[in-house]
Amino acid sequence: MNSQLRRAVRTALVGAVGVCVLAACGGESKDKDPSGGASGPKTVTLVSHDSFAASDAVLKEFTARTGYTVKVLKSGDAGTALNKEILTKGSPQGDVFFGVDNTLLSRALDNDLFTPYEAKGLDQVAQEVQLDAGKHRVTPVDTGDICVNYDKKFFADKKLAPPRTFADLAKPEYKNMLVVENAATSSPGLGFLLGTIGEYGESGWQGYWNKLKDNGVKVVDGWEQAYNEEFSGSAGGKKAGADRPLVVSYASSPPVEVLYSEPQPAQAPTGVATGTCFRQIEFAGLLTGAKNEAGGKALLDFLISKKFQEDMPLNMFVNPVVEDAKLPELFTKHGAVVEKPETVAADTIAKNREQWVRSWSSLVVK
Amino acid sequence: MAGPVAFFAVFFAYPVAAIVGRGLHADGVWQFGRFGEVLGRPDIRDVLWFTTWQALASTALTLLIALPGAYVFARLDFPGKRLLRAVVTVPFVLPTVVVGTAFLALLGRGGLLDELWGIRLDTTVWAILLAHVFFNYAVVVRTVGGLWQQLDPRQEEAARVLGAGRLAAWRRVTLPALVPSVAAAALMVFLFTFTSFGVVQILGGPAFSTLEVEIYRQTAEFLDLPTAAVLTLVQFLAVGAVLAVHAWTVRRRESALRLVDPARTARRPHGAVQWLLLGGVLTTVVVLLLVPLAVLVERSFDTPAGYGFGYYRKLGTVDPSGGVFLVPPIDAVWNSLRYALAATAISVVVGGLAAAALTRRAGRLVRGFDALLMLPLGVSAVTVGFGFLITLDEPPLDLRASWILVPLAQALVGVPFVVRTMLPVLRAVDERLREAAAVLGASPLRAWREVDLPLVRRALAMAAGFAFAVSLGEFGATVFIARPDNPTLPVAVARLLGRPGELNYGQAMALSTILMVVCAVALLLLERVRDRSTSEEF
Repeated sequence: MNSQLRRAVRTALVGAVGVCVLAACGGESKDKDPSGGASGPKTVTLVSHDSFAASDAVLKEFTARTGYTVKVLKSGDAGTALNKEILTKGSPQGDVFFGVDNTLLSRALDNDLFTPYEAKGLDQVAQEVQLDAGKHRVTPVDTGDICVNYDKKFFADKKLAPPRTFADLAKPEYKNMLVVENAATSSPGLGFLLGTIGEYGESGWQGYWNKLKDNGVKVVDGWEQAYNEEFSGSAGGKKAGADRPLVVSYASSPPVEVLYSEPQPAQAPTGVATGTCFRQIEFAGLLTGAKNEAGGKALLDFLISKKFQEDMPLNMFVNPVVEDAKLPELFTKHGAVVEKPETVAADTIAKNREQWVRSWSSLVVK
Repeated sequence: MAGPVAFFAVFFAYPVAAIVGRGLHADGVWQFGRFGEVLGRPDIRDVLWFTTWQALASTALTLLIALPGAYVFARLDFPGKRLLRAVVTVPFVLPTVVVGTAFLALLGRGGLLDELWGIRLDTTVWAILLAHVFFNYAVVVRTVGGLWQQLDPRQEEAARVLGAGRLAAWRRVTLPALVPSVAAAALMVFLFTFTSFGVVQILGGPAFSTLEVEIYRQTAEFLDLPTAAVLTLVQFLAVGAVLAVHAWTVRRRESALRLVDPARTARRPHGAVQWLLLGGVLTTVVVLLLVPLAVLVERSFDTPAGYGFGYYRKLGTVDPSGGVFLVPPIDAVWNSLRYALAATAISVVVGGLAAAALTRRAGRLVRGFDALLMLPLGVSAVTVGFGFLITLDEPPLDLRASWILVPLAQALVGVPFVVRTMLPVLRAVDERLREAAAVLGASPLRAWREVDLPLVRRALAMAAGFAFAVSLGEFGATVFIARPDNPTLPVAVARLLGRPGELNYGQAMALSTILMVVCAVALLLLERVRDRSTSEEF
């Protein structure tokens, strides 16, 4: 390159830097940094998966109580978000991580992501969800059930009783009706697979899936597609002429259907097959190497405070873990009570997960 | 040259090398034994084979369908041409989740083909191939058309005068001139389809898997970095081989051409052949591109209370319970535009510099750099995203939570576009013009401004439009980079589709429609970028 051209390039580079700087100036930096605060950082950063949601009022409440402002970083789906934290161990992107569930818990604990902390108010949290009660590396925050949903209208028109249990799904009267998600790529898909393993045991689940396959189960890649394209009970499904009245979704989906309809119907258009559920428990923890440990601890306390717990259901569509937190009317009216959800021990999941998913793929997908 | 090299070193080579290195370097030793282990697995071999052949088939099909389109858009004048050219680029910006919806309406149960002939193509490989055509149609029309519209038609006419038949004249004069840009378009389509992710998953169903999907799963789901590293290197090798083939095809084919102002080359169609071509292209565009888009638009107006703007009105309000966003969903438009403008600026500057440097051909090193620029198109977003995470975490480059990371990642895809679109035109500029300008006392910068710029201005506008569209619709990098909650349009659409309820679905469709309109309008504005003076012919 001759020197003149080099000069031209340099000129252009200066211009480029200028553009970037200008763009940055036009960017947003709403960090209200209270100057002169010698009491450590005033912002606490919560890293989470994309589904995290909390109402503005509740986040403001936290700031009013503690003086810390919450900054939320969304980091992909649950598995991706956790793996990123494992990769950046010791130099975390935030102070608190929310969204490790029981299917991923062992991986998080084996990698020593979290600094133990016993959150204030843990005595109010149901014992059966405290999976790390000995060490308090993680704090349970919510539970949710992955269950088969059914299209009420379809079964009423057919004068057929909707299925209630795993065993029902394999019966001939429900042939070609069920759509499930890919267990390898979707968390409800994995949850449903684990539910069948909980029900039929490590020796029996493959036989059950063979029956499902013979009964015409359809596998699609993710929840969005299963629910919005294939399930006849959803708005998208109706428009697309979907013909599968059974889908793997959540126990909270029917109330959400009601919440997001105008005008709100008296009855949810969908129902839950309560004998087909797998229970997910979500945890939060203080990241090791957090820049603002005190703020992180305050945030963990807040996540299991009644205020936050009662705000959660309508934002993330999950159930509170604090025993005296009240469910909103929408949930008590349209939600399903799942008496006996399936569970599989966290370390059993950690040991076999990949193997199970592989066998499932070759059995059902190929 | 130094600028683009530094850009690629910091934002591409270093992060990718770091993440691959972490996968292959365990317990203080390099684990090259992993190669045999991973490549020996039959399922991995299947994935490799499928990835390669579907990419080749998609590329061939796209060229077959889109080349006539490139001709029609370059050489024929018809009413609404500019609008249509913007519209065919719209698919490019749509999130795959939405394209899946649109395509099922075309190919799936009760879809158009089902109604007409009772054909259902969903969950077949045809759905994947056609969707790839849908996405990449604009790539061919823009890269090839950008040059074609500036080729001097009189050269072909001269050949005709000298006694060549119509076909022979085209084959001897126009075709050789087009080879570089056709090769460039084919290369880009191949790289896009080779690393296809969402299309394969949504339209093919779980039975089909590509290398990209496998890398994503090994990295993001299982955190099996060694396997992911091996697969990434395999992807590198495959992409490298394709780049080598491309370089070999193009070398010595790029020659100085007579370029003229595009406004003078397009004519109203005359003769049966041209009318037939025009009709054929318009039909293809309508069926393959417009019908799926129209389905989305229709659904965005289809409220339970009849057709209306109900869902659009909802977009302007904050969900009282908190819900998906703390801001009205419509704010996503501004976020997207901001990112897209920044990404376009970075792409144009870095890509323009690189193209200028590559024009002055200087041996092997430069050619190597040319190929290097294309690599980001062939590397999976998850690799780059996770690479960022472990490398850009220390000052002065602690960018992990900085918003600038998103446009930077998007520019990695935008730059190759800019280079590929500008290079054929720049190389076609006759060196003697630059020399003449220099003799007359112009500084290199001035010569570039007076000689090259007028000729590449159109190509640059095309390229900028592309970089803009890439950024507007880009989903991969934005997902892998943790960001404060200011969703872009594709992210907002995906989030709305991710929850039950008729209002969410309707708003997702409305937001997708807005995304399409924003893209089309932005591209139309870019097409209007004209200098005061139209360059005289050289």
